[in-house]
Amino acid sequence: MSKATLLAKFTDPDTCLHACEHLVQSGVKVREVYSPFPIHGIDGVLSIPKTRISTAAFFYGVTGTTLGFLMMWYMNVQDWPMDIGGKPSFSLLTNLPAFVPVGFEITILIAAHGMIGSFFLATRLFPGMPARNPEPRSTNDLFVVEIVGTDNPGTVLNDLKSDLMNHGAIECSDDVLRYEDQ
Amino acid sequence: MLIESPIRQPLILGNKTYAQITDEIVRPIEGRANKLWYLVFTVAALCALWGLGLIAYTFGTGIGVWGLNKTVGWAWDITNFVWWVGIGHAGTLISAILLLFRQKWRMAINRSAEAMTVFAVICAAMFPGIHVGRVWVVYWFFPVPNTFGSLWVNFNSPLLWDLFAISTYFSVSLGFWYVGLIPDFATVRDRQVLPFMKKIYSVVSFGWSGTTKSWQRFEEVSLVLAGLSTPLVLSVHTIVSFDFATSVIPGWHTTIFPPYFVAGAIFSGFAMVATLLLIMRQVLNLQEYITVNHLESMNKIIVVTGSIVGVAYITELVIAWYSGVQYEHYAFLNRATGPYAWAYWIMMSCNVISPQLFWFRKIRRSLLATFLLSIVVNIGMWFERFVIIVTSLHRDYLPSSWTMFYPTWVDIGIFIGTLGIFFTLFLLFSRTFPVIAIAETKSILKISGDNWKEKTESKYAQVGEHGGHH
Repeated sequence: MSKATLLAKFTDPDTCLHACEHLVQSGVKVREVYSPFPIHGIDGVLSIPKTRISTAAFFYGVTGTTLGFLMMWYMNVQDWPMDIGGKPSFSLLTNLPAFVPVGFEITILIAAHGMIGSFFLATRLFPGMPARNPEPRSTNDLFVVEIVGTDNPGTVLNDLKSDLMNHGAIECSDDVLRYEDQ
Repeated sequence: MLIESPIRQPLILGNKTYAQITDEIVRPIEGRANKLWYLVFTVAALCALWGLGLIAYTFGTGIGVWGLNKTVGWAWDITNFVWWVGIGHAGTLISAILLLFRQKWRMAINRSAEAMTVFAVICAAMFPGIHVGRVWVVYWFFPVPNTFGSLWVNFNSPLLWDLFAISTYFSVSLGFWYVGLIPDFATVRDRQVLPFMKKIYSVVSFGWSGTTKSWQRFEEVSLVLAGLSTPLVLSVHTIVSFDFATSVIPGWHTTIFPPYFVAGAIFSGFAMVATLLLIMRQVLNLQEYITVNHLESMNKIIVVTGSIVGVAYITELVIAWYSGVQYEHYAFLNRATGPYAWAYWIMMSCNVISPQLFWFRKIRRSLLATFLLSIVVNIGMWFERFVIIVTSLHRDYLPSSWTMFYPTWVDIGIFIGTLGIFFTLFLLFSRTFPVIAIAETKSILKISGDNWKEKTESKYAQVGEHGGHH
């Protein structure tokens, strides 16, 4: 089985997007596009589903609200109620207005950090993780389309080169040593 | 491809390419610092050490080394706390609120403004920490179990709300800032040749590779974090104002405080951003990214928020009169004509009158005027907090305990120390971090770069000539 990989390099995000559209239309499966900044619309072309990270953030927020109010209720109403300035802590309901600011802050705290954590986990971003972009210039000024041989059985990758060059690629190279194969 | 109205001024000048943007923003990290940088850094670091020494002195001797007395129980420290927190607000406003409003001019300034937020909140958070006196039990601030202290913390207290607000604000701002930095650290990483530099930026870039899925998640995270940070930043200064507004002290007990404090915070924060950026763009040669148009936009926000603050000052006076409460009457009369009248009039002239100069386009676009006025505004905003806090306290309900507050050399030294800490951190930041969001700036090059704007404009002019309208 060929582990060959074709890297097509573009200098313009729109050219790269159109080349990908062309590839997908002609039945080629594109493994990955590495870009120095987001290319809007490319996730649609590569049929990448919408991220669910904001839904996760909502549930982290709900968890935060619940935990926050639970904490305040336990500490100030249940475990050790105090009567400060003639304002006793009788129940969660009577104290609710005073609990709103902290409840709100904990909601934001857990929603934000939960979402950042999920983002790091899902994208595999950790201190010391090796970079997986095959072309170092893809974080600078190149937009790199990666086509893997195993994704496209029956297609000779070299045959795609001229087509890609016609669609604005400045260079097509073989990159045999993919990160996963090293 | 998005096309922007030709009326809008280009945001990136100098016919940039993507590679040029990388080069010019990363260059200060790779090059050596000049003598001026070392000079300023030394001064800032010495100030920081001086301040830290005085904090140690305060811990060792006690709060008595400060100028506080029985009547004025908090003054200098809380003034500095509110001032620093306020300065921090501009960073979040730029990165979060301007993101939600899709203001592209934020992209040149958000990174350094967010850095400013993080450093300013560090400076702010020190003051309540050292004010407690017994700093070794400072963890009693937090809801720790009974065995640690005697009781749980009181969640009905605005001071505790403030703790949660500041902690949340600091950690979320730090997270937001770091998420934005990851792709830019990867850009720095991928162009390093020295193994040490490569290793450092490899670690801090978390293995970012710029794949489609990661960019998709990145954009979603940025947007939702902006959505979360917007109410957060508004809540933080609202809660800071609750420290005063929920009390029954004349001059503090007003419902106008939350919006008035938030406007003041944005006002002073933008002034500080302007001060820092004017120096930074010059020193790091970033005039083509942080243009006069960027500064003009900031000055417009300064004149708007300055006017809101002015309206708030006058509203306070009118409401004090209208309330018919003699204590309120006296509190405001004392502010404007009492022994601290000089502070009140510094506040009025710096915050209300001076920013009105920005109605003139010439002044708004003048670098020197912007720089001077930004410092004037920050002086004014420091005095605003001083006036609110000290004038309301120093003449309390019992004339026999009326007194004055004067800062001691320790008070002043600690404040200078926080300025030192702030500038030390900011100078280190400017040497090691990409000071402009590289990826974001590249993403608007084809829309707001001068070369691209000219291209699309000439294309549309041609279409117009050939009767392209249907």
